[in-house]
Amino acid sequence: MISGHEIRDAVARRERSAVEVAQQALQAIDRLEPRLRAYISLLPERALSQARSVDARSRAGQDAGLLAGVPVAIKDLFCTKGDRTTCGSKILQDFRPPYSATVVERLEAAGAVVVGKTNMDEFAMGSSCENSAFFPTRNPWDEGRVPGGSSGGSASTVGAGCVPLAMGTDTGGSIREPASFCNVVGVKPTYGRVSRYGMIAFASSLDQAGPLSRDVRDAADALEVIAGFDPMDSTSVDVPVPRYADHLLEDLTGVRVGLVDDFDETIAADSGMTSLYQTAYRNIEALGATLVHVRLPHAKYGLATYYLIAPAECSSNLARYDGTRYGLRVDGGDDVYSMFERTRAEGFGPEVKRRIVLGTYALCSGYYDAYYVRAQKVRTLMKADFDLAFASCDVIACPAVSCPPFELGAKSQDPVAMYLMDYFTIPMSLAGIPAMSVPAGYVNGLPVGLQLVSPAFEEARMLGVAHAYEKATGHARRRAPQLSAR
Amino acid sequence: MADVPIDIHYVAKLARLSLTDEESARISAQLSRLFDFIGELQGLDVSGVHPTAQVIPLANVYRDDVVKPSLSNDEALANAPQRDGPYFKAPRILEGEF
Amino acid sequence: MIDSAREQGLETEAVIGLEVHVELSTHSKMFCGCRNQFGAPPNSQVCPVCLGLPGALPVINGRAVEYLCKTGFALGCTVSPYSKFDRKNYFYPDMPKNYQISQYDMPLTTGGSVTLVSGRKVRLNRIHLEEDTGKNTHAGAAISRSEYTLIDYNRAGVPLMEIVSEPDIGSPQEAEQYLSELKGILSHIGVSDVKMHEGSLRCDANVSIRPVGTQRLGVKAEVKNMNSFRSVVRALSFEIERMRECTRVGQPIVQETRGWDESRGVTHSMRSKEQAHDYRYFPDPDLVPLSIDAALLERWRLELPELPDSKRARFAAEYGLSAYDAGVLTQEAGDAAFFEAVAKASGDAKQAANWLMGDVRKCLQLHGLTLSSSPMKPAHLAALIAMVKSGAIGGKAAKEVCDELVMHGRDPQDVVGERGLAQTSDASAVAVIVDAVVARNPESVTAYRGGKLKALDFLIGQAMRESRGKANVDVVRSRLQELLD
Ligand SMILES: [Mg+2]
Ligand SMILES: [Zn+2]
Repeated sequence: MISGHEIRDAVARRERSAVEVAQQALQAIDRLEPRLRAYISLLPERALSQARSVDARSRAGQDAGLLAGVPVAIKDLFCTKGDRTTCGSKILQDFRPPYSATVVERLEAAGAVVVGKTNMDEFAMGSSCENSAFFPTRNPWDEGRVPGGSSGGSASTVGAGCVPLAMGTDTGGSIREPASFCNVVGVKPTYGRVSRYGMIAFASSLDQAGPLSRDVRDAADALEVIAGFDPMDSTSVDVPVPRYADHLLEDLTGVRVGLVDDFDETIAADSGMTSLYQTAYRNIEALGATLVHVRLPHAKYGLATYYLIAPAECSSNLARYDGTRYGLRVDGGDDVYSMFERTRAEGFGPEVKRRIVLGTYALCSGYYDAYYVRAQKVRTLMKADFDLAFASCDVIACPAVSCPPFELGAKSQDPVAMYLMDYFTIPMSLAGIPAMSVPAGYVNGLPVGLQLVSPAFEEARMLGVAHAYEKATGHARRRAPQLSAR
Repeated sequence: MADVPIDIHYVAKLARLSLTDEESARISAQLSRLFDFIGELQGLDVSGVHPTAQVIPLANVYRDDVVKPSLSNDEALANAPQRDGPYFKAPRILEGEF
Repeated sequence: MIDSAREQGLETEAVIGLEVHVELSTHSKMFCGCRNQFGAPPNSQVCPVCLGLPGALPVINGRAVEYLCKTGFALGCTVSPYSKFDRKNYFYPDMPKNYQISQYDMPLTTGGSVTLVSGRKVRLNRIHLEEDTGKNTHAGAAISRSEYTLIDYNRAGVPLMEIVSEPDIGSPQEAEQYLSELKGILSHIGVSDVKMHEGSLRCDANVSIRPVGTQRLGVKAEVKNMNSFRSVVRALSFEIERMRECTRVGQPIVQETRGWDESRGVTHSMRSKEQAHDYRYFPDPDLVPLSIDAALLERWRLELPELPDSKRARFAAEYGLSAYDAGVLTQEAGDAAFFEAVAKASGDAKQAANWLMGDVRKCLQLHGLTLSSSPMKPAHLAALIAMVKSGAIGGKAAKEVCDELVMHGRDPQDVVGERGLAQTSDASAVAVIVDAVVARNPESVTAYRGGKLKALDFLIGQAMRESRGKANVDVVRSRLQELLD
């Protein structure tokens, strides 16, 4: 599979038809799906009808869009009108929304061809894709390992080369961590940069949609398409969206890259990780950047803060799944409340239940100030940390993950070990600032990503640095060996 | 290991989630580990710090009072597990419940 | 405290605070573009947002905020410089998200007051904005005996303003005065159509009693489900009496929520304090705060129309109306405007008031209409008044014409012409009739002349009957007197 921008150029010049590209993508998916299980639903009809209309536009000499003919996989928490949208949950296993998410509408308006809905941890709660109510997705670099989560299906299918582009969402690391695990680029934009309308909520003050792609340039184009104010989302911000592709750098002369002093080194389980990141920083320096040290003194409180705020919001957001208006309904019992309780008991998986309990508790009267409000105050401190750090650097570079992809089942009995996976990604989520993961090399033959972080609405900066790094190192070009071998 | 201050049955009732005894026990145990690091926050001095509910510096986002098309009755009910004519249908409500 | 009151045989007084929910008459709902209109077919005014579908997000209707602020200005409240929306979390099948978007610790306005006709001031605690719920229909008579519930979400998401008073109301009658004053003000500023029977104004009450002369509040009950002014008075009277009875027999009053049962005329316990909801309020992360610009607030304040109390004073001064008449005519903004139009067009405010509060009102009530739902035009009522004054029609005919105006909005000229109701004032035509009557009734003439003045009324009646009611009664009388005196 070639990159998205190559497909777009070929389709625009009518060297290739969007239909042919879509068919190839669907075939590649079919071939690998038994091994990867990246999709909850495939949408061949939606894809081919969209591809035909893209071809018609380019035949008519019209601008077919920035993503003309580019096959894209969509995490199954974006509503697609008329097409099943499950959010990885049994409680929504047959839900067909009567409307599409703004992100999906913008992608299709730009000529992208939606091929299917990808697997995910239920309601985006998880870091391994094992919390899907349906089946776990596999890592294309090692089918015995997880692809990361919660946007695991999206990362896996892009990492396997089935599609050049996929959409994910990131609440505490759910784009960056699977991107790191599957050797792809994953971008979490500034909170408010991309509309959340039609994106099934996990934690509303943290959720943000973003692209996963084979290279930085495709991520830049996709972000340009989905970003921008949406009157349907009060929290989307009306800040102009630049042509990100024009900001991609070749060398980093004059760029100040901040390295964080306050992360807990012992989080990284593998010594290979430390040396990998040291190499990554030296590579950046070699590209002309100045490395500076910055402090994030409250970053270590990230997990505690996150695990109060996100479950609290989730407990409220998931209250609507009660069996009355849509989704699973389990009858029996005498009245409406026993129906609610049975439906929710059967419809939600263990991780979702755990977070609903924790979040409900954190909001209870008597505990609210001690937990939720206190967490919000720490959030203020964390945001201030980043403001100060960006006074002395343009972009921060740090690990995206604490380990390479792990084996299926390795952490599923220990939720807290799983939560620690988000150690490096959560502070940026709490501060609402953009961050991305870019392939940074391999530990024991398994991919690991470098995290780049910029100030709010300055996605262009981190994309620029990531592009130079990607070109210089070539990690993103490496294909998953197992899949290419067979 | 931190004490779990949660009355899990009370919380599950509030959340309308019926848990088996086994689930309650497992969740309690797991949450007690989680409270080990949630407890870290209690030691931090946050006096005088404003809580951040939203990271974006926005205020006064309104829409105009303009009517837009609604869903048709069939579209509205298309996903309903049970309907009765134009209505959603649910089991009875027993008074005094909360 | 209550016990000691009992022991000392002290009188107790009621302490009442009201929470009034008012649906705002915006075009669209609070957080989505669905039409805000009562009476549409079930589940026809719903969308992903107000059905709480996964992924849908709320966006604040600016006009609802404007209406609330205007209400705040009209009631002398302080509009908060900073306000926000919170989620109130509890499960109920008519609430699509199982939380209500409301305002918790930072309502849009605080303070303010409503002055009752009695002169008593009821202070307001706050006014906040929230979304309405859907509507459940219970199959079967009583909720608990029904087998299932049918849900219509058309009302879900309608903007709702909650006006919370301090416990400054001392009796069920004062509660009614408060509601009627509030209703008048809201109708004048045009923020709600305040129809209690359509549910656009709903009311809950906090009630307690305490010994007269003491200040501390007693244990309170929250009374719900009162659907009309009359049921407010009945429910509160019942509840106060129930509490007094408790203290008489030495039973403690417990803090609880009590429902009003309209058909049985009693309140009954719904839930106790221990069962109270833990609403787990927190700021709604889907919405951003409000911090309304001072210039915009000032513009809204200046847009406020004349309010009932100043209108009352003006009607009394400008039109010479009694305080009572001015009060009645300013209850509804539309009624007041109608009166003014009739008064101006007829040049006779007193008659305009008499008609509106007399025959027009009777006819409206008889047919279940209101002035605003009747097709009658002010110009036509003014014309009718002029016709009566000029003697063109008589009083009985005028009533008949009035009914036509009220029911069918017709021009009084047409009705009079069509039905031949015009009155004869022509002296010579009247003289012919009167002369004949006198000739036919010599004994009455003798009786009158013999001092039986009542006999004149009989002769007038005969003449009127002869003319089939069309003769001008004054002309008849003067001709008779001319003949007999
Ligand atoms: Mg309320
Ligand atoms: Zn709606």
